[in-house]
Amino acid sequence: MSQALLIARRELAAYRRSPLGAIVIAGALLIDGIYFYWKGLTDKLVSAQVLSEFFYGASGTTMIAGIVLAMRLLAEERQTGTLTLLNTSPIKDSEIVLGKFVSAFGVLALMTLLTLYMPLLIFVNGKVSVGHIVVGYSGLLLLGAASLAIGLFASAVAKSQVVAALIGTLILAPLVLLWAVAKAVDPPLNRVLTSLAIHHENFRPFMNGILELDGVVYYAAVTYFFLLAATKTLEARRWR
Amino acid sequence: MIEIRDLYKYYGDRRAVGPLSATIEKGEIVGLLGLNGAGKTTTLRILACDLLPTSGTVRVGGLDVVDVPHEVRRRIGYLPDTPPVYLEMTVDEYLTFAAKLRGVTGADVEKRVDEALELTEVSSERDRPIGALSHGYRQRVGIAQAIVHKPEFVVLDEPISGLDPVQIVEMRDLVRSLGGEHTVVVSSHILSEIHETCDRIFVIRDGQIVASGTEKELSEALLSGMRVTLSLRVGQAGAARASQLIASVEGVTQVELAAETEGPGVASYRVALSRDTRDELTRAVVGAGFGLLELTRGERELESVFLELSKSSDEPARKKKKRKKPAAEPSAEEAP
Repeated sequence: MSQALLIARRELAAYRRSPLGAIVIAGALLIDGIYFYWKGLTDKLVSAQVLSEFFYGASGTTMIAGIVLAMRLLAEERQTGTLTLLNTSPIKDSEIVLGKFVSAFGVLALMTLLTLYMPLLIFVNGKVSVGHIVVGYSGLLLLGAASLAIGLFASAVAKSQVVAALIGTLILAPLVLLWAVAKAVDPPLNRVLTSLAIHHENFRPFMNGILELDGVVYYAAVTYFFLLAATKTLEARRWR
Repeated sequence: MIEIRDLYKYYGDRRAVGPLSATIEKGEIVGLLGLNGAGKTTTLRILACDLLPTSGTVRVGGLDVVDVPHEVRRRIGYLPDTPPVYLEMTVDEYLTFAAKLRGVTGADVEKRVDEALELTEVSSERDRPIGALSHGYRQRVGIAQAIVHKPEFVVLDEPISGLDPVQIVEMRDLVRSLGGEHTVVVSSHILSEIHETCDRIFVIRDGQIVASGTEKELSEALLSGMRVTLSLRVGQAGAARASQLIASVEGVTQVELAAETEGPGVASYRVALSRDTRDELTRAVVGAGFGLLELTRGERELESVFLELSKSSDEPARKKKKRKKPAAEPSAEEAP
C-alpha cells in the first residue's frame, strides 16, 4: 500500500512538471465556462435547470479529461523504458495501477473542484439546494473515476500514448452511445443496454440532484473492472 | 552466488539463449562478452527478473528467479541498456524514489542515496533534472539507481557503450570498485572495455557460452603461440625483403605488413608465432642489417580470439539451431 502511495506521489510530481495536467485543467475550465454561459445563463431556465445543464456539460469534459490524463500513465513509461525500473522492483502490479490511478484522480478532482465557481454564480440571481450541488459533483467524480480507469487500461495495453488515447476513446464512446442502441432494440435487451450505458440513465439522476444507488454501484463496478483489467494486463506482460 | 543451469529462452520459435549454464561466485566481477544479438541482454534480463526463462533454473543467492521473483528483485540492482530514468525528476528525487521502491525505509534512504551519489560521482549534479544531464552522467545515475539499495548482485547491461574515452576509464574504475561487496555481471560487445575490469569473462555466442575464464586463461587456452608487432627501419625498398626474412624465421606462421607507419623508411609487421621465438626473430632482423625500433607483444591478442570465436559462428551455428530445437522442446514442456 505504501508502495502505491510512492508511485502516486511520483506521478503527481510528474503532472505538476509536465504541461499536460495544466493544459487539461485549463481546457476543461474553458469549455465548461463557455457551455455554462451559452446553455445555462442565456436560456430562460429556472435555477435547478441551470445547475443540471452545468453538470451535463461538465460530464462531457470530465470523460474526455479522464482519457487524456490517463493516456500517459503506463504507455509513457513503456515508451521511455522506465517501466523496466518498476518491473524489476519488488512491487505488485496492483500497487502500480492503484498508485497511477490515485494520482490521476487527484488531478481530475482538482479540475472538477475548480469549476465550483459556476454553481456558486447561480446564487447571485437564483437559488439551488446545496444537496443538488453535492450530488452533482459526486456524479462527476464517479464518472471521472470510471473514465480514468478505462484510460488507464488503454494505457496498459498500448505501446504509445496516442494509441492509448485512441483505445480509450474506442471503449468509452460506445459505452456512451449504448443508450442510442438501446432505443433501437426490443425489451428486455434494451433495459440491459440502458443500464450499461456510462452516461445517460446512470448519470442523469446525479445531474438532477438525485442520489441513486444504482449509479454509484455502476460507476464503482466499471472503475474496479478496468483497474483489474489494467493490473492483469501488466501482470501478463511483466515477464515477457 | 549466481547459478544458471540449462537455461533456455525462446522468443516464439527463435532460440535467444540456451543451453546456458554458469556459476558466478560471490564478490566476483564477470563480463559477458558477445556480439549484438548473441543473447547477452536476454540472459541479463532473466537474471534481473525482467524476463521469464523458457526452461532451466536460475538461482540468485540461492533464490529461484521463477519461484520468488520479488525476493530476487530486492537483492538485485539492474541497469538495462537504456537507463530507466525519469527525465523530469532531479537526480536526488529519482534515487530516493528508486531506493524506496526497493524497500529501503526511513533514515536509511538518505544515507543510501548519498552513498550511491558519492560512489558514482554525481553528487555535484544531484539537484539537476536528469533530462539536463549528459549521456555519461545519465549512465552513472543509471548505475547509482542499481546500487542504491545495496544489493548483493548488480547486473549492468553495456554500461560503457556510448561513453567518451575519459568516461570509459572512470566507468571501468567504478565497476571495478563495485566488486568485492557486490557480485557484478557486466555485458559488452567490446573486449577491451571489459577485460581489465572483470575477474572472469564469458564469451557468449548464439545463446551459449563458448569460452570462459580469466583473460590469461582464455588466451592460453585459445591462442596457440603468440602475436607480436615489429617495427623496423627498412630503408626505401626493404619492406618486402624484411617481410621475407621474417617469414623465414623458425616458428613464424604469419607475417602481415601493417598499414600504419612511423615515417618514411619504417615498416611495421604483425607477426604470428607458433611458440615464443622472439630472440631468434630479433637476431635474424638485426643480423640482416635492419634497424629494430620496436618489438611489442600484441595487446589485442584476446580481441582476435574473441573475433575468431564470434566469426566461426555463422555456419555451424545455423546447423546447430535446427538440430537443437527438437531437443529443447521437451525441456520447454517441463517448465510449468
